[in-house]
Amino acid sequence: MSKNININVHHITRVEGHGNIVVNITDGTIETCQWQVPEAPRFFEAMVRGRRYDDIQTIVSRICGICSISHSLVATRAVEDALKLEVSEQTDLVRHLMHYSEQLQSHVLHVGYLVAPDLFGEKSVVPLIPKATDAVKTIIKAHRVANQMSALLCGRITHPVTLTPGGMTRVPTEDELRSLKKELEAIVPDLVTICNVVLSAAEALPDFTRETEYVSLKQNQPQYKGTLQEYTFYHGDITSTDLNGKPPVPAAKWESVANEYVHPQSTAKWTKWHRDAYAAGALARFNNNAELLSPLGKKVAEMFGLKKGCCNPYFNSIAQLAECAHVVEGSLEVIDELLTRGLKPEKVKVALRAGRGHAGIEAPRGILFHSYEFDKNGECVWGNCCIPTNQNHANIQLDFEKLVPQFMDEGQDALRQKMEMLVRAYDPCISCSTHYLDIEFVK
Amino acid sequence: MSKPRVAIFDFACCEGCQLQIVNLEEEIIDLVGAVDVVEWREAMSEQSHEYDIAIVEGSITRPEDEHRLQIIRSRAKILIALGACATIGGVNKMKNNFDLNEVKRCVYGKDAEMPHLATTTTRALHEVVDVDFKIHGCPINGEEFKQVVRDLLLGKKPVIPTYPVCVECKAKENVCRYEYDEICLGPIIRAGCGAPCPSAGWRCFGCRGLVDNPNVDAAKEVMEKYNLTVDDLKQKMVLFNSK
Repeated sequence: MSKNININVHHITRVEGHGNIVVNITDGTIETCQWQVPEAPRFFEAMVRGRRYDDIQTIVSRICGICSISHSLVATRAVEDALKLEVSEQTDLVRHLMHYSEQLQSHVLHVGYLVAPDLFGEKSVVPLIPKATDAVKTIIKAHRVANQMSALLCGRITHPVTLTPGGMTRVPTEDELRSLKKELEAIVPDLVTICNVVLSAAEALPDFTRETEYVSLKQNQPQYKGTLQEYTFYHGDITSTDLNGKPPVPAAKWESVANEYVHPQSTAKWTKWHRDAYAAGALARFNNNAELLSPLGKKVAEMFGLKKGCCNPYFNSIAQLAECAHVVEGSLEVIDELLTRGLKPEKVKVALRAGRGHAGIEAPRGILFHSYEFDKNGECVWGNCCIPTNQNHANIQLDFEKLVPQFMDEGQDALRQKMEMLVRAYDPCISCSTHYLDIEFVK
Repeated sequence: MSKPRVAIFDFACCEGCQLQIVNLEEEIIDLVGAVDVVEWREAMSEQSHEYDIAIVEGSITRPEDEHRLQIIRSRAKILIALGACATIGGVNKMKNNFDLNEVKRCVYGKDAEMPHLATTTTRALHEVVDVDFKIHGCPINGEEFKQVVRDLLLGKKPVIPTYPVCVECKAKENVCRYEYDEICLGPIIRAGCGAPCPSAGWRCFGCRGLVDNPNVDAAKEVMEKYNLTVDDLKQKMVLFNSK
């Protein structure tokens, strides 16, 4: 086997945003092993200054097209925290549902369109259309239903237009929720089909583990009276597999968790908490909350042998499948709750005050934080966002450093494929880079 | 006749407009059957330097991006700007309202002067190269995207609306946002979106840019009726229509 390897993947494909993989091995010695991110910076934190409190979610939604609902929701909640606005339980439930729609849409897109081609040895989903027409159509159907759900709850699929600090500008009608319920019930068997399709090729997931810290939200108190503690995407505090019994950290204190810093060999802001890097995303949520998955979610995890404490980053995609089942079952519960309560139109009242607010939420690809400060006229004077992909870059780099020596004997092409698959497994959303990232790591 | 070769590229943006192409759902199967998609980094690993139609999302914010766009332009027979970042600069142009060095310091603090953080004034694609067609919106409207592709395949010139959002908003029987004491950009912004924002209880944010020859007198009349000024309207243009 060749002891010389040169991998230079410029702008890795089938991920959101721009990233490069660079590996140089000479005579069996690893000289370079880098995960680089050359995304054009967009300066959102500077641009929100001077904007009104109710324009913030509209602006920062544009940080990311795939997780625009999460960005809008977390921004709205950070603004509400700053202005001390309480929202009704109805608003909270409708937002919950809107957030579930994004998890489903994003996960189906990621596993079905971006990861599956690797498992079946194809360069994209396009060659799979003639080869596995029914499977592709089932994936598209689940994606469509998730998008229809977003359109109903958000006013359109991408960049929501129903959110406003203090409430909602539009809530769905009971009839609309009843038809949504039927659509969701109908895709449960489709989700099982999709899981079986992935399972049939699951041996293509590399056998690779690296112990790391997993950070996600955790909800220790039920949100409402009579409801259960849940596998949370929306409420809760920040927890970690490294907390060892210590209490979770309130989302408002996220800056003390992310500890954004500049790497001595790089200009990038990386994050670390209890060790050199941590992972965010579906596998982190699963490792912290697995026992709270819905019945079908647990069944999906079992199908793949996914157990709490899994340290194989490639299984992030499998945790996403379990979450797909969970959010469909969770959505059905929220819809029933809303229908039992009956939907009422809402009037939003806002009294301006100066203050700073924070919020944390689980975007499909991991924990996401926003903070804003407003003056007494409701004008934004400061903003700070920390996105999940930022929080995963250092962990990807450390995975690379373990993965390259482990698999370099398989040769250049096999190694490159495993490294590309690893990056994809994290479901990175590099356009989210509100902070510019340029990771240089030379051994 | 061989199928036209299509390549999709992106610059500074959220990639949400490409997502609207994926969101065509079942119809995307017909679309990839009607054309030959030779490069689309977000969705495919295939790559090619040979294409007839380039669909480009995003704004130009760095010298290296300007160079890359010029190469794409030189290879493509038809270049389509996809979405507000590409057609008008979109939210990325809000940066231009500040001193660029100050913007960098605000986000990167002491690291702001590092050379790779260089950023230039944000530009829409037509401010850098010739653009043949613009598909407006943040995000684009999938129906409009299909219509443009269909027209190009039939050798027709795509028709983009030249009337304001108010026309589509009225057709949806929405109560005018001005009746809620809001300043809505509907009277001067290009239609084609189907007015989703006013239909969901928000004002028009202006993501599709100014309509050709906006009826300024009519806009003035609306402003006067609600005791507002054209300056109030301009202030609302900051989000998507900064210079």
